Order: sequence, then structure tokens, then C-alpha cells
Amino acid sequence: MMHGRSWFRTLALVLGFAFLYVPIISLVVYSFNESRLVTVWGGFSTKWYGALIGNQQILDAAWLSLNVAAVSATVAVVLGTLAGMVLARFGPFRGRTFLSGMTTAPLVMPEVITGLSLLLLFVTMEQLIGWPAGRGMTTIIIAHITLTMAYVTVIVQSRLSQMDDSLEEAAQDLGARPAKVFFLVTLPIIFPALMSGWLLAFTLSLDDLVITSFVAGPGSSTLPMVVFSKVRLGVSPDINALATILIAIVAVGVVIAGFSMGRQQKIRDRDAQMALAANQEMVESMKKA
Amino acid sequence: MSGPGYLPLGQRITAAIEDLLHAVVQSPVGHRLRRWGVTGRALVTSVPYLWLVLFFLVPFVIVLKISFSDSQIAMPPYEPLLQWASDKVLQIKLDFSNYAFLIEDNLYWKAYLNSIWVAAVSTVLCLLIGYPMAYAIARSQASTRNILLLLVILPFWTSFLLRVYAWIGILKNNGLINNALIALGIIDEPIRMLQTDFAVYVGIVYSYLPFMILPLYANLEKMDLTLLEAAADLGCKPWKAFLKVTLPLSIPGIVAGCLLVFIPAVGEFVIPSLLGDPGMLMIGKVLWTEFFNNRDWPVASAVATALLLFLVIPIMYFQRAQDAESAAGARR
Repeated sequence: MMHGRSWFRTLALVLGFAFLYVPIISLVVYSFNESRLVTVWGGFSTKWYGALIGNQQILDAAWLSLNVAAVSATVAVVLGTLAGMVLARFGPFRGRTFLSGMTTAPLVMPEVITGLSLLLLFVTMEQLIGWPAGRGMTTIIIAHITLTMAYVTVIVQSRLSQMDDSLEEAAQDLGARPAKVFFLVTLPIIFPALMSGWLLAFTLSLDDLVITSFVAGPGSSTLPMVVFSKVRLGVSPDINALATILIAIVAVGVVIAGFSMGRQQKIRDRDAQMALAANQEMVESMKKA
Repeated sequence: MSGPGYLPLGQRITAAIEDLLHAVVQSPVGHRLRRWGVTGRALVTSVPYLWLVLFFLVPFVIVLKISFSDSQIAMPPYEPLLQWASDKVLQIKLDFSNYAFLIEDNLYWKAYLNSIWVAAVSTVLCLLIGYPMAYAIARSQASTRNILLLLVILPFWTSFLLRVYAWIGILKNNGLINNALIALGIIDEPIRMLQTDFAVYVGIVYSYLPFMILPLYANLEKMDLTLLEAAADLGCKPWKAFLKVTLPLSIPGIVAGCLLVFIPAVGEFVIPSLLGDPGMLMIGKVLWTEFFNNRDWPVASAVATALLLFLVIPIMYFQRAQDAESAAGARR
């Protein structure tokens, strides 16, 4: 019965992944194209990488974007972890629905709305309290924190609600203070979730165009803003080179993350087995007694 | 009194942070705070709460306010809000002219309806492509499942902008598809695909496909397969079992996936401006043009408010579905 349908499932996967990956592969292939016409093959060349490295505008924008992404991802992980913790562990309280609404809405909110509203907030705040003076890196970072902390919250919240809370309860029963339980029990367990939350926040920040365009001032162009103004005029091979570098970084990152998570999983499995064995021993000895 | 020496370095650091926190709690400042009724819990809750109220909720109130302000006064490109603020001191008046403008001008209606149409078509296409993929992944071997899932998420980690850009090279007149079709002798003249609605559908489906697949997969993966066995034992054909058992049970996943695609797609700006016809009316593009090109902040705010009013129902629906999902996760 299942064999009759397995060809269909294989076909769905092959076609689906072809759809997802052919554009990415074409980006990489044409970055090594000698010809300026991106889609006409003119021989192998790495000259567009040279052109990319020589482009000061792109380098400056990339540096700004990396700084913004690192700062905003870090703050977003702290805020998102707090929000996820509150939503998953603090039980019902007044205003909980409101908080959960404010954390999930940015996930789906069209970016033009978020961008416009944040800009109007910054302009109003500058008039009322004189901060933030002008728009630039600070306003971009605040906007990115607000956007990406929603993703971190969802990741942390779902990790916490899947997690068995008996370890936390045990620590509490043994007299650990709530903060101690969090830092010594909860945090180590959810640490992989925080890592993936940080990486996701980092990539989202590195990639955001629309919100950034609204809240960035003159002279603070991030990488996506420079890329967008270039590709609006048509294809340009040095953008392909840039894309290839980004894809290579992501691929290496994923392989490293995969290995380390696999290793941690093994360590956790071993610890769990040892705990189980110890438990068994205790039960046996209690039976004897 | 830092943490015990046998703890790994990371945990020793976090233990030290906790000690520091505890010292603050024990200090006179901590005592005073507790006398005022400030608990640790309230502090932990208030930090993300205040952030979101200030940077997510208050901005919408300001958008709403400015959408009612007079576009005549706010028209000058330099610091339009300053004049609006001094106007408020004189008198608070609600000016509906921006909204009247939206209703009177056909352009806005067309842009709204077209955006909704494009988003709806793209959502359906996403579902038609994403459902078989999610189904195939959920029913594959446990060992390959994680790799397949990773392959779905992986494009999401590379730049969205650059992935949309890739389609320019594929769809344009001397692009990958046209070159291939001409080389194969299927067509003589290139087909115009870039700068059409078709290209926008392709771009949206391509960019949002992982958002469709992931909730569908999460739903299909936890389905109880013994239900299908029972259906088969009772003589139900596989396709009928799919229609009668699998499909109805996966509706929460379908709803979550469709909302995750539809809501942001309505306001999409990047995809229609890179792949679509320059004259294509999409509300995200209209808002962008009003703001950046026409510098009419009140009208841009009115466009945003109207869009938000339309999206508030699907967003609340999404939020409720999300809440039910996490409650179910907590029960498991």
C-alpha cells in the first residue's frame, strides 16, 4: 500500500528541493562567470570577487551590518529569553495575552508598517526628549531588536514548553533560589535554543531591508540597502560573488552547528542513561532494605 | 562565594551572575524595592513588556495619530511633525481628509485589492507545493527526516534579498529559462517572464515556502498513524483515508501556514519591486512611494492604518492559533 505512493512523495521532494535550490546554485555558478552578462557563460573567472573586495561602499556597508547584527542579536536573545520564560513558566497573569500578542504579531506584520511606525516613533521621541538624536546605527539596532526578539521568544517558549520541568522543580525543592534554578538548571538545558535564536536573529538583522530603510538616516547604509540599490538597476556579477560568500559562510556554520549539537546530544543521552542507571540502583537498594 | 569548582566555565559565570543578583536582593536597595511590592517576577516580566509597549505598540498609536493630521501642514519635507505638534497645541482636530483621499482615489482601492489577490494566489500555490513536501518529509525515515527539514530551513538562512535577486537572472529575457528553452528548440522568441505578475507569484512562493512547510510538517509529524492503519483495516483506500483522516487532522497546520504566508505577503515590497512590472499596484509599494518619493507622511500613515485594520483579524486569528498550539505543547 505504501509503495504505491512512495514515488509520489519522492517526486514532491525532488521537485520541491529543485525549486528551492536551483536559484541558489545559479547564483553561485554565475559568480565565477567571466562575462558581465550574468547569464551568458564566458569562462571561469574570480574577477568579481576582486571587484567586490575593491568596492569600499560595499565593505563599509557590510561592516555596519555585521556590527548592527551582532549587537541586536545579543540584546534580542536576552529580551526574547525573558519574554519566553515569562510566557512559558510564569503561568497566567494579568496582561499575559497582551504580551503574547505583542511577541507574535511582529512575526507576521508587514515590514512596511513596522518600519513606518518605528520611524514615526523615533521622530516623535526626538522632539519630546531629544533622543535618539538623528537616525543611524542606534535606531537601526533598536528596530532590529524589536523584530528579532519575537523570533527568539517563539523559539525559547516552545523549547521551554517541550522541556520536562521536573529538573527545575527538583532544584527548587532542594532549596535553590528561583534565579539560581534559572541560571544553573534551565539555562544550560535551553542553551542550544538560545544559540539558534541568536543565529536566526543575526541573519534576520543582516538581511533586513525594508524596516532598515525607514529608520536609517543618511550616511548609514546597511549591506541590504546597498545591494538593493544595485540590483534595482539589473543583475551585477559582484552581487553574485557576495551571495556566494554569504552562502559559503552559512554552509560552514550549519556543518559546525550540526556536529556540535550532535555531540552535545550524545553527551546528554549518556548523562540521561547514567542518571537512569543510578535511579535503578537506588530503587533496587531500597527494595533490599 | 562563586559556584563549585567542578562546574563548567559557562555555568560558573552564570552562577556568579546569580550571586551578584542575590547580593543586590539582600542589599538595602533590594529591601526597599520589596517593601514597595516589586518582586523578581515583576521585574523579569516588565523588561520585555516595557520594550514591546514602547517599540511596538506606541508606534502604532503614533501612526494612527499622524494619519489624522493635516496633510497640508505636514507636507513640507523638513521636519513635518514639528509643525504638526505645534498645531496640536492650538487645537486637537481629527482630519479625515487622508482617509477620504484613500477612498476617493481609485489607485489605493486597486492597490489594496490587487495586493490581497496576489497574496491569496501565492498562498494557495504555496500550499499546493508545500503540502506534498511537508507530507513526504513527515512520512520519511526518522534518520533522513532531520536532513530534509534542514534543507527546507537552509535557504531561509541565506539572504532573502539575494534569493529574490537570483530569480532576475533566471526569468529575464536572456535568462536561464529562456536560454534553455531556445537551446532546446521549444521556442524561438524569449517569453517575457520578468516584470510580470507571474514573476511576483514565483518570488513570493519561493521566499515564503519554508513558512508553509514548517507548521504543516510539525502538524503531520505528530499525527497518530494508527488511525490510518485502522482506516486501512476497515477497507478504506489510501487516497480516501488521506481525504477523510489526514487532511482534516492537518487543518490547524494548514491554517497556521497560510496565515504565515498571507499576512506578510499582502504588504510585500521587495518582491514586486524587483520582479514585478514597475506599474504593478501593490500596497507595500504604494506606502513606500508615498513615504520616500512623495514625502507625504500623513497619507503613508493612513495607508498603513487601513492595511493594519484589514490585517488585524487574520493576525489575531494567527495569534490565537499560536497560543492554542503552545498550550497543547505544554500539555504533552
